[in-house]
Amino acid sequence: MKKEFQHIFRDVRTLVILFGLPIVMIVLFGYVVTTEIKDVEVGIWDRSMDQASIQATQKIFSSGYFVPAGYLEREEEIGELFRSGRAKVVVVFEADFEKNLKRDNSASIRLITDASDANSAQMAQTYLQGVLMSYFQSLNQDIQLPWSVEVKSRMFYNEEMKGVYMFVPGLMAMILMLISALMTSVTITREKEFGTMELLLASPLKPREIILGKVTPYILLSFVNALTIILLGFLVFKVPVVGSIWLLMLACMLYITLALSLGVLISTSAKTQQVAMFISLLGLMLPTILLSGFIFPIDNMPKILQWITHIMPPRWFIVIVKNIMLKGTGFAYIWKESLILLGMTLFFILAAVKRFKIRLQ
Amino acid sequence: MLTKEFKQIFRNKVMIPIIFVVPVVQMILLTYAASLEMKGIKMVVVDQDLSQASRLLVSGFSGSPFFDIAHSTTSYPEAESMLAGDKADVILHIQNNFEKRLYVEKQTDLQLVVNAINASEAGLINAYSTQIIQAYNKDVRAEWFGLDARGGMMPQIKPSFWYNPLLDYKIYMFSGILVILVTLIGMILTALNLVREKEMGTTEQINVTPIRKYQFLVAKLLPFWIIALFELAFGLVVGRLLYDLPMVGSLGLLFLFTCVYLLVVLGIGLFLSTISNTQQQLMFVVFFFMLTFILMSGVFTPADSMPLWAQKVNLINPAAYFMRVIRMILLKGSEFRDISREFFSLLVYAVLILSLAVINYRKTT
Repeated sequence: MKKEFQHIFRDVRTLVILFGLPIVMIVLFGYVVTTEIKDVEVGIWDRSMDQASIQATQKIFSSGYFVPAGYLEREEEIGELFRSGRAKVVVVFEADFEKNLKRDNSASIRLITDASDANSAQMAQTYLQGVLMSYFQSLNQDIQLPWSVEVKSRMFYNEEMKGVYMFVPGLMAMILMLISALMTSVTITREKEFGTMELLLASPLKPREIILGKVTPYILLSFVNALTIILLGFLVFKVPVVGSIWLLMLACMLYITLALSLGVLISTSAKTQQVAMFISLLGLMLPTILLSGFIFPIDNMPKILQWITHIMPPRWFIVIVKNIMLKGTGFAYIWKESLILLGMTLFFILAAVKRFKIRLQ
Repeated sequence: MLTKEFKQIFRNKVMIPIIFVVPVVQMILLTYAASLEMKGIKMVVVDQDLSQASRLLVSGFSGSPFFDIAHSTTSYPEAESMLAGDKADVILHIQNNFEKRLYVEKQTDLQLVVNAINASEAGLINAYSTQIIQAYNKDVRAEWFGLDARGGMMPQIKPSFWYNPLLDYKIYMFSGILVILVTLIGMILTALNLVREKEMGTTEQINVTPIRKYQFLVAKLLPFWIIALFELAFGLVVGRLLYDLPMVGSLGLLFLFTCVYLLVVLGIGLFLSTISNTQQQLMFVVFFFMLTFILMSGVFTPADSMPLWAQKVNLINPAAYFMRVIRMILLKGSEFRDISREFFSLLVYAVLILSLAVINYRKTT
């Protein structure tokens, strides 16, 4: 086992990545992968150039979400602007905008959006519409609006609506899976590929001891990584641990054990490192990222995919982490998920042991 | 030499599923899974008023395609425990004097409690709810009191969505997945193959043969360059058949751009293989780069709304250029002059990274 540690620490580059990965990922998800609307380029085609349209334009650019992408004069320029990617939205004020507005309230504004990115197009459109509506509403302040219902929203568990809350549990699921399952499967297969496994098996050590020796360092590594993510989330993004930290650690432990047994299972069936890698990467990483509710909510998926997510361990782990860490709920809300993970772990261990024995014969 | 490389790639049984099966699975899975569209938001209604006004409001929600009323109750704590147990995404709380206040004080409020762990989802839930309630306000004003629904001077706002009027998120996602696919094949397979030879010691054997360094490298890289281009064509066909992927622009232009892009990707793969000794090491380095490149390139979220420093980093992220260009050409029909900046930047990039990699690659190591 000591040898195994030395092995890992000798390879500085892998080590740097092992510890650097959670840090880089949390920064990326915290700052970069945001769905917020910011600095959307807006082109203006003002065919009226009167006071109302000019003031509305000013209002758009002082809202903080939009930046000017130039003034247009012809219809064809809209397409040019979109094709070159210089603008996302074009606002068109009709001719005689103010006159129509004041005369019979028949003025209209066209918002043309480049919807090749459907999501941000819709968001930009909604925001822009909101800015314009609240501006024109403010012009009508002397008219009281009676009989209205006001909405008071409360954002539970994440008052400031930070995007990073969503990613911390998912990152833990992904990185723990990466280190535990991928690293163990590749390490063990490597020994097989180079024939050193046979040597170890011929030694007086029992197979169980060999596997345990291989696996223990990764348990510790994974654990340190889990702590790093929680700590970073807390220090940099102020993501709290509302519930019991011990319960959270226990859940991490369970998940790490599961991932390791999965790694061992993969190594018993893979012949070369490349095979082990691709099984781990494609069979584990991709579903961990996509089918676990990490980035994309499971509820929005087609039914068949939702069904598949039930056999994905990370899915259950993410629910557990969210519940303990962000909602602060106790064991009552996670016992079902924990039981599922426990069952999966036992299954993987049994399967791995069985395959291992078959190989020995 | 070149034919030998091709043969070797196809002899390796693992390679064939990687080249043909994985892309298809990825294209189908990712496109369907990676949906940020919202529908069926689970709502718990706590209606403590049970009046005509409150029922009308609730029917506004139950009639919306975005909301599913999962449960109705009069107990707020019960609703909150459903939120904690993930059985609901949002609580609509109507207090018992709702209707009375609406008539007497001419103003009333209601509470919306949203599970905001997923902040962007929570923002959308909030926006959809506000829309429904605004519509309700208008109805109440117009129908019950006969007031002008617009309430004063208000221009009519007419939105229109170009290139994708149905706001289909899948085609956007799919074009992004093509980028991942081409990059994955180009970078991982090249680098892994080269390091494998190094690890196995066969590079040494090549080194003692009279084959020149550049011949060796070209023979090693060219197959993957061709496979990756083939992969793009394959992906476009799948996209056309499964998702009706629009191809507004010129496919020739797209392939021309991809050729240059692949030079950069292969260059990076080669470079990474020169600095790694084992496949395991390499895999970690590649995984790290791939994940960073792809997340930053704007595959899920637009690169334009990233912070400034991230946009600076994206200047050296080849995937960001390709991600932008593939969508411009396929979805919007951009022409060469629209993408010329990206094209020439990548060309310079390709020259730089390839020479760096070749210098780093010592035939004798």
